Amino acid sequence: MTASIQLHQTPQLQYLLRLGDTCLILGQRLGEWCGHGPILEEDIALTNMALDLIGQARALLTRAGQTEGRAFDEDQLAFLRDERDYRNPTLVELPRGDFAFTVLRNLMVATLLKLLWQKLADSSDAELAAIAGKAVKEARYHQQHAADWVLRLGDGTDESTRRCRTALATLWRYVPELFEADAVDEAAAATGLGPRWADVQADWNAEVGAVLAEAGLTPPALGSYRSTGKRGVHTEHMGYILAEMQHLQRSYPGGVW
Amino acid sequence: MTDPNTRTEWPLWEVFVRSRAGLDHKHCGSLHAADAAMAIQLARDVYTRRLEGSSVWVVPSAAITASDPGDKGMFFDPAEDKVYRHPTFYKLPPEVDHM
Repeated sequence: MTASIQLHQTPQLQYLLRLGDTCLILGQRLGEWCGHGPILEEDIALTNMALDLIGQARALLTRAGQTEGRAFDEDQLAFLRDERDYRNPTLVELPRGDFAFTVLRNLMVATLLKLLWQKLADSSDAELAAIAGKAVKEARYHQQHAADWVLRLGDGTDESTRRCRTALATLWRYVPELFEADAVDEAAAATGLGPRWADVQADWNAEVGAVLAEAGLTPPALGSYRSTGKRGVHTEHMGYILAEMQHLQRSYPGGVW
Repeated sequence: MTDPNTRTEWPLWEVFVRSRAGLDHKHCGSLHAADAAMAIQLARDVYTRRLEGSSVWVVPSAAITASDPGDKGMFFDPAEDKVYRHPTFYKLPPEVDHM
């Protein structure tokens, strides 16, 4: 077994890891649909999007490795960190669920990423700005694809509406974490690295809210629960997905295709 | 079987992709989709993944009227020995040859 890498978790690194890990983990979750899509065409669409996200994760983790200072590469960052060093919001690590759950989560995450990419195009980090310029087109498509399905299913048959409501009830409690302010975001805003995630909350609410309203779906009231993935404290699901992702690199260090 | 709630197969659509502005849309395959909007979206994912497209058309397969394979002989074979229909017997000036 290969030992884990240890990181100096500076605010700048954490900011990049939050973005990179969001793409990495959701990409892995969407990849789980490969061979299981409801129809062949949708199977291809979901795995296309998984690969878009993995591509974004590669670029972001490469950049994170450069800024960390010890020349860790994308593979080391993707596959050799301990669970606590992954900084994705909890939302993306939840098991893939049924198709309603998947497209509803995709809508939430794609909307978030699209809005962040739009602002990151002006990042003081030229490399990050370039990544954002490319990724925003992909995110825009992911958002449209997901919104289209949420409309069809939310406003579809009794069965599809029921599944959408169940999915929304599960997912909605992980939304507040996305926009929680903290020192990492403040540092990014102060240095011009990128926006506070809270800066896109109003647009996110408007865009996601419009789709849900048109689909006839009402978000549940929020309780006091707050997920903590962005701080490295994950749910029990994270260990399983990491075990699957890390097995090869840990068993065959440096293994390539 | 025409009730959409009991039908298990979505209708079939023919997909036409234009690779570059100025070129024709070319038929490249077919797919199943519930409606035209979904067909366009799925066509994007299935047929333009490798930078093949700049524009996509979809047409319900049911809207295409095809010639009867049984008429193949009557329709197409008579053209076989009419080479004079090809404009290959004219001598072109060298400047415009290989048109």
